[in-house]
Amino acid sequence: MLIIVTILVLLMIVSAIAALIFKDLISAVIAACIVSLIAAVLFYFLQAPDVAMAEAAIGAALVTGIFVIAVKRTKRFEE
Amino acid sequence: MRKLFVILLLLIIAGGITLSLKEIPFGIPKTKIGDHFINKGVEETGSVNIVTSVVVGYRGFDTLGEITVLFAATIGLGAVIGTFRKNSVNREVEAASLIVYTGCRFLFPVILLVGTYIFIHGHLTPGGGFQGGAIIASAFLLMYLGCSNKRIKENLSKTVEMIGGLTFIAVGIIGLAIGQDFLFNFLPKGEPAELLSAGIIPIVYIAIGLKVGSELAGIIDNLIQKS
Repeated sequence: MLIIVTILVLLMIVSAIAALIFKDLISAVIAACIVSLIAAVLFYFLQAPDVAMAEAAIGAALVTGIFVIAVKRTKRFEE
Repeated sequence: MRKLFVILLLLIIAGGITLSLKEIPFGIPKTKIGDHFINKGVEETGSVNIVTSVVVGYRGFDTLGEITVLFAATIGLGAVIGTFRKNSVNREVEAASLIVYTGCRFLFPVILLVGTYIFIHGHLTPGGGFQGGAIIASAFLLMYLGCSNKRIKENLSKTVEMIGGLTFIAVGIIGLAIGQDFLFNFLPKGEPAELLSAGIIPIVYIAIGLKVGSELAGIIDNLIQKS
């Protein structure tokens, strides 16, 4: 259990850093989506299924969708 | 020089957070209120899910405030987007491929059903109005992305939102009239762990689910259609 959580947390940190350094904004949005998704899994492991559900629905689905729409309306690549 | 300063600042912040976290005794309850919710929650509100008994039972008025904040955010977004471009731009959107189209049409009712299940069973299983509403809105997001010819009827979604909000406030005011408390649980609590139990909690959570779902779907609709 501890090993799984450690791997997930490390993956979360890697995706968070990746979201900061990606120049392609769509890739950055997907990396931020992975952070939310792993946070949802961790909430489930911490016996908070209510919060996990909200995090998965809002953080991973809706926020990603809204960011993708925003990127599509502006520019895809950061200068 | 600037980078050194930034690193120094980060180290100071990290040290401060570590020192203050060390002082917190994790796992030891400091107040007795948590014990009360866990031991007496089912008995007092009739809801098996303790989180729901807190969110709708013990602090239902705060939940009304949360709903109002979301409502204000939706209105604000609609107002801001409405002023930018009065004549909506017709963007040529390439139609999705047949596989994506069929998949979205197949998944849409299933996701809608899951969301509805979650907010109807809010007092029995994890989840509730907010989670169910967010899942419903994600179903609409999928439909907007996959099927470009299907759109929400704006009047219908506004009506659903209005009905949700009015039901919440009406239930609260009936409680005020009967039991001298806003959102007083005036209905029989019934047998715990039954679908028809916990008095007004399922009614309030269905109202919240409808309201949150239509509001978030309205945000997506505003962003895709009008911007």
